[in-house]
Amino acid sequence: MAASPYLPTPRYARWRKWKSGAITGVLVACALAVIAPLFLVIYFLVARGSSSLDWNFFTQLPKPTGELGGGMANAIVGTLILLSMAAAIGVPFGVFGGIYLAEYGSDRFNYWIRFAADVLNGVPSIVWGMVIYLVLVVPFKTFSAYAGGVALGLMMVPLVMRTTEEVLVLVPQSYREAAMALGITRWKVITVIVVRTALKGIATGVIVALARIAGETAPLLFTALGNSFWSHNLNEPISALPLQIFAYGLSPYDDWHRQAWAGALVLMALILALNITVRILSRDRKSAA
Amino acid sequence: MASPTETVQAPAATEPIRVSAAPAAAAAGGVPAEKEEIAFDVRNFNMWYGQRQALIDVTMRIAARKVTAIIGPSGCGKSTFIRALNRMHDMTPGTRLEGSVKHFGADLYGPDVDATAVRRRVGMVFQKSNPFPTMSIADNVLVGLRLNGVRDRSVLQARLEECLRMAALWDEVKDLLHRPGTSLSGGQQQRLCIARSLAVQPDTLLMDEPCSALDPIATTKIEELIQALREQYTVVIVTHNMQQAARCSDRTAFFYMGRLIEFDETRKIFTSPTNPQTEAYVSGRFG
Repeated sequence: MAASPYLPTPRYARWRKWKSGAITGVLVACALAVIAPLFLVIYFLVARGSSSLDWNFFTQLPKPTGELGGGMANAIVGTLILLSMAAAIGVPFGVFGGIYLAEYGSDRFNYWIRFAADVLNGVPSIVWGMVIYLVLVVPFKTFSAYAGGVALGLMMVPLVMRTTEEVLVLVPQSYREAAMALGITRWKVITVIVVRTALKGIATGVIVALARIAGETAPLLFTALGNSFWSHNLNEPISALPLQIFAYGLSPYDDWHRQAWAGALVLMALILALNITVRILSRDRKSAA
Repeated sequence: MASPTETVQAPAATEPIRVSAAPAAAAAGGVPAEKEEIAFDVRNFNMWYGQRQALIDVTMRIAARKVTAIIGPSGCGKSTFIRALNRMHDMTPGTRLEGSVKHFGADLYGPDVDATAVRRRVGMVFQKSNPFPTMSIADNVLVGLRLNGVRDRSVLQARLEECLRMAALWDEVKDLLHRPGTSLSGGQQQRLCIARSLAVQPDTLLMDEPCSALDPIATTKIEELIQALREQYTVVIVTHNMQQAARCSDRTAFFYMGRLIEFDETRKIFTSPTNPQTEAYVSGRFG
């Protein structure tokens, strides 16, 4: 029987198989190396933090070291307040800025806006903290929730702006044209047709940005400062989970260390929840398209 | 995206030279000899995309309440031409135009003309059906009315049925009005888009190859629809399909390389065209 010209020699076939297997193995190892740290993080947070997680943790103020119980209720509420304030700044400026970039503006001008947004995305968070300290803390002579919210909100703006622009650009031009051809004014075409079509993508961008800033500590050190008590006034220092974790983690007390782990677990759960929301939103988007 | 004011040439500088326009109208756009109402009076119309000239000195008078077909090979400017009839080019950066287009006597490119108002009277159906994906069938039909301020539910309800009936879609979707517009088949989606265009009560409908993505049965339905619309509407249809032009239009214009080559009764264009290029095209020797 004549050898088929399409079959490799047995020796070459063996070598090729071995090479293919080796490279696949390397690739799998790299992929696993990416997700391994996530399990490491979750393992330590649960192992160290879950023992201190109880009802009190979510309802009580921190107690002095040595006293049993106590929680981070003020820090949890503080984080939620700071995130709300950040969203109040980041969402309108980011979304409207993104609409401008996608629908208006000249190429040249937009090029520089995009460039500036990308640079802002790369500004280290501690730098944000220092700048807001100079602008909002020093003149008013007090650390405040306002300053913390502004620092986080400004960090959100470029993130939300770029993702909003990206999803708006993805809306097919044919929808804009169809709406224009109905004699609909430009602003309504943008809001009712284009933004509505991209709404899930915009919401996804907002939540991703919130998840990004929820764990930020550095910009809050110089602005919100932290607080061991309930803060009833946004003009006063306010606590936040990352700040409380930072303070407790640096302390010399074991019971505070345990509380810091529990705080980290709660913060991680919050961010995980935000990310899962994003997953659900973007899955719907794909199935609709 | 450039603002409309940048894309539209200031008309003061480009006032058409009407003396020289008259003979051109007699040569190329000279069909309407008897007294009939003119929907579009296009004179010495030139258009550029950046440096490239897409339309060259087009002069053409399109009759009201007739179906006018525009044929020609790809890239001949036929789509560019009908998109100029409701100012769709305003959205495209880098376009420039000269000459004048009048719609029932009113200048479409005058200095203070509101392009939105133009498009309310001159609707458009596109090559690819494009119902809004976030909206139900009913909302798709009514969106134009709603966004133009119509709130009365009974008016909207009546319009919904009327337009879907006109688009010959009512019987197929009357029980599915709240399903997404994108759940329909391709041909149904295109008829939905036609219903959507009719809802804002235009007097003119531009159709840019409305059947090119449809199968023969869906195409027949759209063509029947065009026949029904000619009673009340001026229809201008761009088509690649010469049989379609022959079947459903009263007049046919042949465009080639940005110029209007010949414009006459459809029967004449397809049986005894004057221009040899038209003859070559309609007999299938090129394009």
